[in-house]
Amino acid sequence: MHAFRQILRTEAKLHLRDIPTLVLTIALPTLILVVLGLIPSLREPSPDLGNQSFVTYFTPSLLVITLAMVGINALPTVLATYRERGILRRLATTPASPLALLAAQLMLALTGILVSAVLLAVVARLAFDTPLPQHPLGFAAALVLGTAALLAVGLLVAAVAPTAKSAQALAVPLFIVVMFLGGVYLPRFLLPDFLADVGAYTPPGIQALLDAWTGTAPHPLHLGIMAVIAVAAGAAAAKLFRWE
Amino acid sequence: MPVIEVTSLHKRYGETVAVRDVSFDVEAGEIFGVLGPNGAGKTTTVECVAGLRVPDGGGVSVLGLDPRRDATRLRHQVGVQLQESRLPDRLRVAEALTLYASFYREPADPAQLLDELGLDGKRDTPYEKLSGGQKQRLSIALALVGNPRIAILDELTTGLDPQARRDTWGLIERVRDRGVTILLVTHFMEEAERLCDRLAVIDKGRVVALDSPAGLVSTVTPEQRIRFRPSAPFDDRLLTDLPQVTAVTRSGSQILVTGTGEVLHAVTSVLARHQIVAADLRLEQATLDDAFVELTGRRFVD
Repeated sequence: MHAFRQILRTEAKLHLRDIPTLVLTIALPTLILVVLGLIPSLREPSPDLGNQSFVTYFTPSLLVITLAMVGINALPTVLATYRERGILRRLATTPASPLALLAAQLMLALTGILVSAVLLAVVARLAFDTPLPQHPLGFAAALVLGTAALLAVGLLVAAVAPTAKSAQALAVPLFIVVMFLGGVYLPRFLLPDFLADVGAYTPPGIQALLDAWTGTAPHPLHLGIMAVIAVAAGAAAAKLFRWE
Repeated sequence: MPVIEVTSLHKRYGETVAVRDVSFDVEAGEIFGVLGPNGAGKTTTVECVAGLRVPDGGGVSVLGLDPRRDATRLRHQVGVQLQESRLPDRLRVAEALTLYASFYREPADPAQLLDELGLDGKRDTPYEKLSGGQKQRLSIALALVGNPRIAILDELTTGLDPQARRDTWGLIERVRDRGVTILLVTHFMEEAERLCDRLAVIDKGRVVALDSPAGLVSTVTPEQRIRFRPSAPFDDRLLTDLPQVTAVTRSGSQILVTGTGEVLHAVTSVLARHQIVAADLRLEQATLDDAFVELTGRRFVD
């Protein structure tokens, strides 16, 4: 346990030293929200969006930015870099397990996502009167399962990519797909129904997040699919993961 | 009582046989070298000893334990410094050592270790800002922070400048003086000759010789060469009659005598008796390099 605490502390310090990445990952959704919120017309309720303002409608999609950056981009890159540099292999020669490092990385990823989500929700509420997630339990479930699914996909990328470069080569297209289906590039009401539907069933499951934020319980099927993806991708990653 | 026993080790990667048949014992307290050209199977051999790879055949015993089955117990007693293993760029020297110290039950004092390795002034320096020699010393420190009984060091001076290399050698000798048995992988002849008590020369996955550096040199090439310029002419038979001398050749004013045993003493005595001064006298003994050529039939290429 002592070893794990020390690993967690050290990895946390390393993340905190990389300020630009940290700020970008955690605060970017909130920054975009503020910029959009400065445009008056986007703060007006719109009949197209069920009498919500665009800013309110768009807030859950902004959360996808952090989820994708942490799960698809940062996590696989860090792990692939550690493998490429022989850090995981060296750890395997000590009484500490490389699994402890993996667990520490996952905990830090989760922490980053939670901080980012809370920041976004609080700023949206205080600055733009966007209500806090109306179905807190459902929202928590959707966030946790969606995050788990994305992190598992990120681990799978880290498992199959031999180097940091190849991890990024795999991550970038995935990242774009996740952002697109999550409605970040184009608001989802502009997407064809078919693509919007696909987004409901691909990590992080934007429909469940939206439903829970606006007040309806997330659809069990949406949550179930996320759980299945998390387990399947996680198992595949565990099977394929190499320490060297 | 050997602390490491390797018997008929065999390891394949797909179709390629990396280690064909390697056996050696390492005694407690010695610096044992595994020497050989790149791709000879040295690293694979020590990785099997370190429990990082599973042998396809043969046995490995470390401190009487199986490196795979008793991995957890052994990791507390065996420190490993791997080839090409780096640390995160922003990790600071003291942090790295504190981190690794936390893995062990009875770690060494990180501060004292830093001091011993000459890294005391670099405590707060991030890894990326260290020089090659400093990174190497930190890596050695990490291998020693668990107070191991055995340290496995793979190619520890590759990429260092000559001064840093010599400093590292001194350091390894001090570590041995603390009672740590050292298994050292190297492809530098000079390093093996200077540091190792005994050596296993590995070529194409086999042990081709196992001896002390001096023993290796003498068993393979017992001949010594003496070169000098005589102050006065003399008959070759003066020297060829000596039992220790095998041949005398002249090139210009220089004479080359090859022989065995106490040939130098015999030659200089007979010259002195005839009042001949041997100017520019040089004794050429075979080096480990020559031994390697004889053992493997080819030049040792770095």
